[in-house]
Amino acid sequence: MFCKCAARVSRALRPAHPRCGVLTLPARSDTVSASGTSWSRWTYKRESSNSAWNSKVPQVPTWEPVAENQLPPPTRVSPDLVDKLERLALVDFGNKEGVDCLEKAIRFADQLHVVNTDGVEPMDSVLEDRDLFLRDDTITEGECAEELLHLAKHTVEEYFVAPPGKNNNNKNTITKKTSCSIRT
Amino acid sequence: MAASSSGYSRMFCKLRKYANKSQSLYHIDTFNFVIRTIWISGSKTQLQPKVHAKSLPQMVGVVGLEIHAQIQSTSKLFSGSHVRFLAPPNSLVSHFDASLPGTLPVLNRRCVEAAVLTGLALNCTINKKSLFDRKHYFYADMPAGYQITQQRVPIAVDGILVYSHFEGRKRNQVVTKSVKIKQIQLEQDSGKSLHDDERSQTLIDLNRAGVGLMELVMEPEMCCGEEAAAAVRELQLILQALGTCQANMAEGQLRVDANVSVHRPGEPLGVRTEVKNINSVRHLAKAIDYEIQRQMEVLQSGGTVLNETRAFDSKSGNTIPMRDKEGLQDYRFMPEPNLPPLFVYESEASVPGGVDPAQAVVIDRLSTQLPELPSVKRTRLVETHGILQEHSFTLVSEDGLMDYFESVVQMTKAEPRKVIGWVIKELMGNLNSQSLKVSQSPISPCALAELINLVESGQISSSTAKQVFQEMWKAPEKKVGQIVKEQDLWMINDKEELQKICQRVVDSHPEEVQIIRRGNKKVLNKLMGEVQRETKGRTDPVKVRAILEKMVS
Repeated sequence: MFCKCAARVSRALRPAHPRCGVLTLPARSDTVSASGTSWSRWTYKRESSNSAWNSKVPQVPTWEPVAENQLPPPTRVSPDLVDKLERLALVDFGNKEGVDCLEKAIRFADQLHVVNTDGVEPMDSVLEDRDLFLRDDTITEGECAEELLHLAKHTVEEYFVAPPGKNNNNKNTITKKTSCSIRT
Repeated sequence: MAASSSGYSRMFCKLRKYANKSQSLYHIDTFNFVIRTIWISGSKTQLQPKVHAKSLPQMVGVVGLEIHAQIQSTSKLFSGSHVRFLAPPNSLVSHFDASLPGTLPVLNRRCVEAAVLTGLALNCTINKKSLFDRKHYFYADMPAGYQITQQRVPIAVDGILVYSHFEGRKRNQVVTKSVKIKQIQLEQDSGKSLHDDERSQTLIDLNRAGVGLMELVMEPEMCCGEEAAAAVRELQLILQALGTCQANMAEGQLRVDANVSVHRPGEPLGVRTEVKNINSVRHLAKAIDYEIQRQMEVLQSGGTVLNETRAFDSKSGNTIPMRDKEGLQDYRFMPEPNLPPLFVYESEASVPGGVDPAQAVVIDRLSTQLPELPSVKRTRLVETHGILQEHSFTLVSEDGLMDYFESVVQMTKAEPRKVIGWVIKELMGNLNSQSLKVSQSPISPCALAELINLVESGQISSSTAKQVFQEMWKAPEKKVGQIVKEQDLWMINDKEELQKICQRVVDSHPEEVQIIRRGNKKVLNKLMGEVQRETKGRTDPVKVRAILEKMVS
């Protein structure tokens, strides 16, 4: 039912007031749905109080830049750390622009320090209030070797092929590094 | 010794000069004696012969094991593909195992139960809530670029593994030790990579990728290869009894890495090296002992031990540096966002309302399913049958031997101690020489019981019985009685017959009789031997000895 209403809304939308850019919905008194949902009641109420439109979206930006003294000292990324990160993440950002971009990103994230998180457990999964589903021990997948091998560019007799690994003294032969595209 | 003796002679010369001046040789002699004892005791300390008068405590090895046990389940840890050892390459791979985008992990209940059972068998505390993490590193056999493991909160912690090994010259003194288990965690296995050096490429087979593993981390409490080998053997027996892992090192179901370092007791632990590529329990002992020796030599010659990974070469028995770890590997652990926390419940009652009880993993239910562990079996054998502890080890270690032994004991009136002798010496001896398993033995428990009963009732002697055993081995279809009759091996119990034979022997050996009469009783054994030879071992040695003694005296 909700989907149907949404479809009708998208068909006939027009902004009510050019300044605030808030979209209002067309009059719906003739299309009240059978069960009398709160949706139609809401639109009716909306139309009646058009002048005092109570939007939850603020009219002017309320965001204030965080003062420098509230933040911890800026983090400098040393060349050794850059090398290590390049090796661990296989990303190519060793130039000045790349390092600058990284330092600015860290500075932006530093703003989180202003928030008081005493006694708050860090959340590591949005599924934390769900039960972990445990599957029965039965065979349900597999036997799709051809399908998988088709995805690889280079295969040898049903094996995937990779360049020689770390056992060779050749570093960085596992995968190519992806270059970091920088938008300043 | 040469250095010390030349020093000694120098001192002695000086003393001599002094003595000649003072003309008191008596003092020189005692001083001489005192000096000699000090020098000799000094040269006995091998480590620091010249510098210190008092020797430093010996360096000891410190060994910690990291064991990966492949969980015996039908499907993999996070996907529904089959788990099998040999299969066409990449045929047991699902979309998740190949890390195709958009696939998600779904945890297998059997793997969780296996981990909890293993934890209970090793006296661990099971964490009611455990979390999954990602361990990132790049390698071709791990297509996702990370491995799902449990680093922060594993499923079981703080356990103990109790093991025993044999000491003493005859390897019959049992020494029981224990090692603490730091944690047991669930993690994914990686695929297999075959290195083709000629064409400079690596072939990847993902059949093994995603199979569930239990990683057991032990505290570094062991001191040598023998202890580590004994601990691993005991762990193999426990895992096989539980059915959670087949624990065959040769097939890769149990992989052991050893962390070895040396230090002097009381001092902080030394730098450790990790030894990998160990394919059997014997290789484990050799690798650890070699590594401890190598590290001691490095330190004694003034060098330092590097923190590196070394591979064990079974042909030479040495460890070889594998790859230099570029600094310490940073795995960038991160919580696995696709898996909520894993809850394991104490009892049926503590399962919350919204959870299906058939779905949930309940510890009480699993602890009732725990089978009899090897240590319990051994204690039971020793108490019920009164056999030696070392024999109980052999019985429990060999697959099926305990059942064989118990069925023989049931069918015969002989003492279990005698049965044990037959089972361990004769049966196992023959099985081992032909590399057979107990289930392949040509002699069934009934047949062996029959044979032992014949010995007990005095119808054949024990030496004949051994002959009969060998005959039965070669011709399993023949019954015991048949063989004895065919070769006419019945014991000669008729007193008159025995008297006649003994008289014959005594008459044909007059000199020996004289020697015995004069007092040398040992020669009686020679006469007994003659009797046995004549009768082809069909006589009871005790009776023969009595008769001979009477005749001779």
